[in-house]
Amino acid sequence: MGAETNFLDIKDVSTSFKINGKYYDAISHINLEVHRDEILAIVGESGCGKSTLATTIMGLHDPSETKISGEVNFEGTNLLTLDENGYNQFRGAKIGMIFQDPLSALNPLKRIEDQISEVMNYHTDFTAEQKHQRVLELLDQVGIVNPKRTAHQFPHELSGGMRQRVIIAIAIACKPDLIIADEPTTALDVTIQAQILDVLRDIQKENHAGIILITHDLGVVAETADRVAVMYAGQIVEDGSAEQIFDKPKHPYTRSLLRSMPQLDKEDDELYVIKGNVPSLQKMPSTGDRFAPRIPWIPADVHEKEPVMHEVEAGHNVRCTCYQSFSFPDEMGGATA
Amino acid sequence: MWKTILRRILIMIPEVIILSLLVFLLAKAMPGDPFTGSINPKADPAQLHHLMKMNGLYDPWYQQYWNWVVHLFHGDLGNSYQYQEPVTRLIGSRAVNTLWLAVFTTILTYCFALPMGMYAAKHEGKLPDSIIRIYTYVTYCIPFFVILIIGVWIFGYVLGWFPTTGSISATAGPGFSSAASRLYHILLPGILGALFGTVNVVQYLRSEVIDAKRSDYVRTARSKGVPSKDIYRHHIFRNSLLPIAAFAGYSITGLLNGSLFTETVFSYPGMGLLFINSISYRDYTVITALVLIYGILNLLGTLLSDIILSIVDPRIRIE
Repeated sequence: MGAETNFLDIKDVSTSFKINGKYYDAISHINLEVHRDEILAIVGESGCGKSTLATTIMGLHDPSETKISGEVNFEGTNLLTLDENGYNQFRGAKIGMIFQDPLSALNPLKRIEDQISEVMNYHTDFTAEQKHQRVLELLDQVGIVNPKRTAHQFPHELSGGMRQRVIIAIAIACKPDLIIADEPTTALDVTIQAQILDVLRDIQKENHAGIILITHDLGVVAETADRVAVMYAGQIVEDGSAEQIFDKPKHPYTRSLLRSMPQLDKEDDELYVIKGNVPSLQKMPSTGDRFAPRIPWIPADVHEKEPVMHEVEAGHNVRCTCYQSFSFPDEMGGATA
Repeated sequence: MWKTILRRILIMIPEVIILSLLVFLLAKAMPGDPFTGSINPKADPAQLHHLMKMNGLYDPWYQQYWNWVVHLFHGDLGNSYQYQEPVTRLIGSRAVNTLWLAVFTTILTYCFALPMGMYAAKHEGKLPDSIIRIYTYVTYCIPFFVILIIGVWIFGYVLGWFPTTGSISATAGPGFSSAASRLYHILLPGILGALFGTVNVVQYLRSEVIDAKRSDYVRTARSKGVPSKDIYRHHIFRNSLLPIAAFAGYSITGLLNGSLFTETVFSYPGMGLLFINSISYRDYTVITALVLIYGILNLLGTLLSDIILSIVDPRIRIE
């Protein structure tokens, strides 16, 4: 267990962006652990800071526009203390990242082969021939039917699903220990989604990698994740095993998310809708429960003043104690109109 | 790709026809005639009328246009009234001079502008960026002929470093010596044109590089662990230079137009100077021929841009 907990340990990480000369927190005080051989899903609406967390781990932020505090300990190194060169030893080699938009994430003017082998130029001492073989092997591994042909093509000649596979091939080219997948299936249709998720799982088994899967699609989470962290407005509001989150959700936000998912076995005409929006960075409340404005029927005094994480079960944590007295309006009986 | 190019060339045909018609009619619409200034003012007006008639200047305009076009297809652009020389020969030698000047200025412009644009974009929002931006806008704001006149005065007249007239020294021998003398004569106009003509390329390149810097594929490259200097070399600069390369075809035509000023100030025997002289003499045949050539060169410049772009950008190659 000791070696495992040291794999990826995110401690009290906050990232803030400069907007009109002032810094605003996009994520605040994030604590997370990721282990080998596990898929940790991070879920939440758009604008909750999921991608910011991913790019913070990867060190992709422009230091002149962002302030980052805390520790990202990866295999014994605090990544946040590294300079650009130091980071480059990890990026691509030990940490691979899969991006969301497969068209814009590929350079339109380079052949697929060059884009995949580029990552090997910096982290391996393969010969040109070895790199070529590895490219074909990778394309085959991510399920591309004719690797030789695809290797010679340009991104615009491929379909969305194929481009996403290429992105995955780039991320796994050097067999990284940690893979961060930022909405890897959002731009794809459902059949391709399932194939892509299969590819991810296969790779994980092969390399014993840890995967951070960022998504807002709870269906994807239910299918793939071992553990789940729910993010709201830059904070983690609940985390636990997939069973704990899906079977015994605690936090009002988690419960709202699950309730707004269409279910085949229920014949409800209307889907639950969470009122309001995620607050923008400048309008983030500095104190109190950040989700409170979106469940206005819950009296303010049930929220903690400074909500902190509480362990409700081994490995299952929830922010704030408001979950104890939370229920949806229609579950409260005739008491409220 | 050949299909695309062929289609572009076919589209040019009606463009050239309309252009030629416009050019011809506009030249006809100019007041004055080619002979009044060149014959004895006391001569009999009947004689003038006779001359006009002999040269077909009293024919209806479509007749004159048709004659002009027929001759055009035989490579005959008529005789210059002013120089009493075939227009083709007159323009031929000057076109070469103008082309040299334009190509030389273009090359120099890119030599100055490309590093400036890249450097500005790399240090976006910082001091070097501001200095370069101010430089390009200031040079853009000063009328070019003012620069030329001041340049000739300082470097040609006061300091005497460069020749102020002509395209080649009368004492230049054949071969290398003649080439060197030609280069020497276009050096000052070329440098001035380049130093004060950077704004387009610099600002265009700067915004392209800044866009590329923020693009998702650069983020992908960073996530591969590619060092920043290689990202600039392999991803940002290459991708940003594409539209600039395409722009080159077009910018040459811009310089041809700019040659009007340069050649006049430097008395450089090119098409621009010929054009200005011909206008003052109402030398119709030369004017129409020159405007037509300028127009066709502009069309060709655009075509060249399209061809360059289709070669360098794989996304346009298919079709």
